[in-house]
Amino acid sequence: MEVAVPPGIETERKHRPGFWETGVLLSALLLALPVVVVFSFVFVPAGDVWRHLVETVLADYLSNSVLLVSGVAIGVLLLGIPTAWATTVYDFPGRRLFEWALLLPLAIPAYIIAYTYTGLLDISGPIQGLLRSLFGWSVGEYRFPDVRSLGGAVMMLSLVLYPYVYMMSRASFLGQSLSMLEAGRVLGAGPWRLFFTITLPLARPAVVTGLSLALMETLADYGTVQYFGIATFTTGIFRTWFGLNDSAAAAQLAALLMSFVFVLILLEQHSRRRLRFFQTSGRYRHLPRHKLSGYRKWTVLLLCLLPLTFGFLIPAGQLLVWAFSIAEETLDQRFFFLVGHTLLLAVSAALITLMLALFLGYGRRLFPFRRVGFAIRLSAMGYAIPGTVIAVGVMLPFAWLDNRIDDWMRHLFGISTGLMFSGTLFILLFAYAVRFLAVSLQSVESGLARVTPNMDDAARSLGYSPAKVLMKIHLPIMRSALFSALLLVFVDVLKELPATLILRPFNFNTLAVRAYELASDERLADSSVAALTIVAVGVIPVVLLSRAVSRSGERDAVPT
Amino acid sequence: MAFKSTFFAPLSVILTVAALFAEGVQAAGEVNLYSARKEALIKPLLDRFTEQTGITVNLVTGGADALLKRLQSEGRNSPADLLITTDAGRLYRAREAGVTQPVVTEALRQAVPEAYREPDGHWYGLSLRARPIFYAKARVSAEELSSYEGLADPKWAGRICIRSSGNIYNQSLVASMIAHQGEAKSEQWALGLVKNFARSPKGGDRDQIKAAAAGECDIAVANTYYYGGMISGKDEAERQAAEKVAVFWPNQSGRGTHVNVSGAALTAHARNRDNAVKLMEFLVQPESQSWYAEVNYEYPVREGVAWSALLQQWGRFKSDNLNLSELGKYNSQAVMIMDRAGWK
Repeated sequence: MEVAVPPGIETERKHRPGFWETGVLLSALLLALPVVVVFSFVFVPAGDVWRHLVETVLADYLSNSVLLVSGVAIGVLLLGIPTAWATTVYDFPGRRLFEWALLLPLAIPAYIIAYTYTGLLDISGPIQGLLRSLFGWSVGEYRFPDVRSLGGAVMMLSLVLYPYVYMMSRASFLGQSLSMLEAGRVLGAGPWRLFFTITLPLARPAVVTGLSLALMETLADYGTVQYFGIATFTTGIFRTWFGLNDSAAAAQLAALLMSFVFVLILLEQHSRRRLRFFQTSGRYRHLPRHKLSGYRKWTVLLLCLLPLTFGFLIPAGQLLVWAFSIAEETLDQRFFFLVGHTLLLAVSAALITLMLALFLGYGRRLFPFRRVGFAIRLSAMGYAIPGTVIAVGVMLPFAWLDNRIDDWMRHLFGISTGLMFSGTLFILLFAYAVRFLAVSLQSVESGLARVTPNMDDAARSLGYSPAKVLMKIHLPIMRSALFSALLLVFVDVLKELPATLILRPFNFNTLAVRAYELASDERLADSSVAALTIVAVGVIPVVLLSRAVSRSGERDAVPT
Repeated sequence: MAFKSTFFAPLSVILTVAALFAEGVQAAGEVNLYSARKEALIKPLLDRFTEQTGITVNLVTGGADALLKRLQSEGRNSPADLLITTDAGRLYRAREAGVTQPVVTEALRQAVPEAYREPDGHWYGLSLRARPIFYAKARVSAEELSSYEGLADPKWAGRICIRSSGNIYNQSLVASMIAHQGEAKSEQWALGLVKNFARSPKGGDRDQIKAAAAGECDIAVANTYYYGGMISGKDEAERQAAEKVAVFWPNQSGRGTHVNVSGAALTAHARNRDNAVKLMEFLVQPESQSWYAEVNYEYPVREGVAWSALLQQWGRFKSDNLNLSELGKYNSQAVMIMDRAGWK
């Protein structure tokens, strides 16, 4: 093993940006457009409303957001890392099943899991009703934890977001070689010590990546916190914007939120800077699986069963019950259109986002300069920003551009070009790219990080152009990382709601829109068919994803 | 560069597909609609309109605020001809933003009473949404209730369920109070009401009714169509919950029960103006008016239209005839009052 310097081909600081670098910078800035638009409102005075916010609710927004994020951080780590470790190094009944099934909660939108648990656990729900009739209690005589609370929101979000940590750390555990552990064992460390001194530190970059995805998604969540009545930054932005009708103050709240995120991202980058591991030994062997027996077997089984049951089986089961017993939805032609639209969007967005991420990620490797890194970080911030804010941040500049072009064309040629960008699916796909670039980029970068810089150098010295190095060397090695990037964005777009709702063209609905329209009308049961279809469609890529992760350990590391 | 063409070929294919989906917006015999009424609560009527007139209706649904923002940023190139919202506050805001235009026809003026339309014709109400008080029949008798103001009385301490102040119907309710009795009194009232909350506000209107039925509180404030949905729905638990509460119409000796409208406005740059006006007139026809009640338990805005059996069962009531533009005018103040009162 060697701890390498960042992979740099161009090390000269003074060089002038060439074609590639300019392209990378421009695309990154274009994708950062919504973020820039929101930040541009910082200079608009919003005195009265801002003072009102500071005096009344800002402290609440701050403390709730901080508590929510910290809680989810603990939750996803506790659920994600042990399960990833267990399915990597132990053999126990059902392990092969758990390997992929533990990713299933990823297919459930956070607001849907919130609705289902509320339906189950609420004072008028079946669980409390059963308790009351069993023990003859009446309301007020007993205490029952309220799911619609900050703690409840932490649990809901942890249950659907832990797969990010699970997936990333598992990929990392699988990629670690036996030789390091053997070295540790020779030095006399026991299994726990090995885990905490070798395995976990080695996996730290991957764990942090998964964690940051989960936390960014938490900050952007609107559906769950709104339904649970928790005042966070996200709900505050909406309230200020729509209730107080002050878009400047709302944008400033959003800018404040983004500043936090940006600081977090910088910290994460900083913590990872010295942590780049490249496996250079050719004698690569997998970690051996340890067969468990007795009470240990059952403990590990239970450990894996827990997140799967609460994160998937129960909510999906509740949806099934609703779908069969109550929902009025019929599977007519219109419903198939919904599925078609949803798939079209998800596939296109996943491809586009992957191409962009590859372009940017590789650009960053070629040009490890601060300006490039900064531009790319800025463009990846969209994941932490509520979809509605992104949608408006995308809509304003493109509608403006459309109208300028239209004016110009009318003036010069007497023809109207209308809304070329903002009136078509283009704007929606662009918004998805902005929103989900971070997901794709993380996968691509972690894939790239596994290719040792020596290989770049060797290929370049043999006369390959950077593009050819990417095509011939990196892409084949990174195949499963690219696949993960595609699938993750696919599942995310499947669940995406706010941007779709605002930016879609006429007569164009998706499954998430349908589920939300019924659910927000408080017809939870009726929304179950659409929700269940989202889950069902999402399960397929999730299973594929898990196979990609399993293979990544073998395939990606071998060619070194 | 080989690299570029392989990677950007799929992109151009996707954009072509995108362009295909967007075509056909400007052909004749159409009307384009931005609607905050959910698809399920407007599409059947639109289909009926298309059947009768041959005019195709293109629909985008979404949050009223977001649709309004979209309308604003699209400017004169906006394809939308009509904007439909589910509350008067947003219609007021659309008018303020300059994205609507006045339309006055005999049919519209006759169908929609004065309180439920903008004086110059910038928007017209389509259906009424009443927000009365619901009480748990087992623990409260109707005689104990009088008005919204009465809910601030200390006798209700720990007994009231109402959803969050982020909800537009609560914002409108407080705005109507400000319009009637000024800011200071309304704030006093909000403070008293918050003290009487049984729990920190959460969930939707149905959740408040369910909590009252289950005994977590005795009083709930909710829109009637949610109650109607519970009574007539297939969910056994919801139906049982709804049967445990009853409607009380507040402020009957004074200004009347608070109502809001869902309404329609003609956009400033409507290209299919005639078709849009036809659609507006269609939506206030008697047959359409009774549809709102049958499907979503809303009250017709037009007088003389028969109410469905369920609505009749809840009883006739006097509604607040404040011009609903006022709700939009006082909305920000209402939110600030609720923030100061600690109404989450």
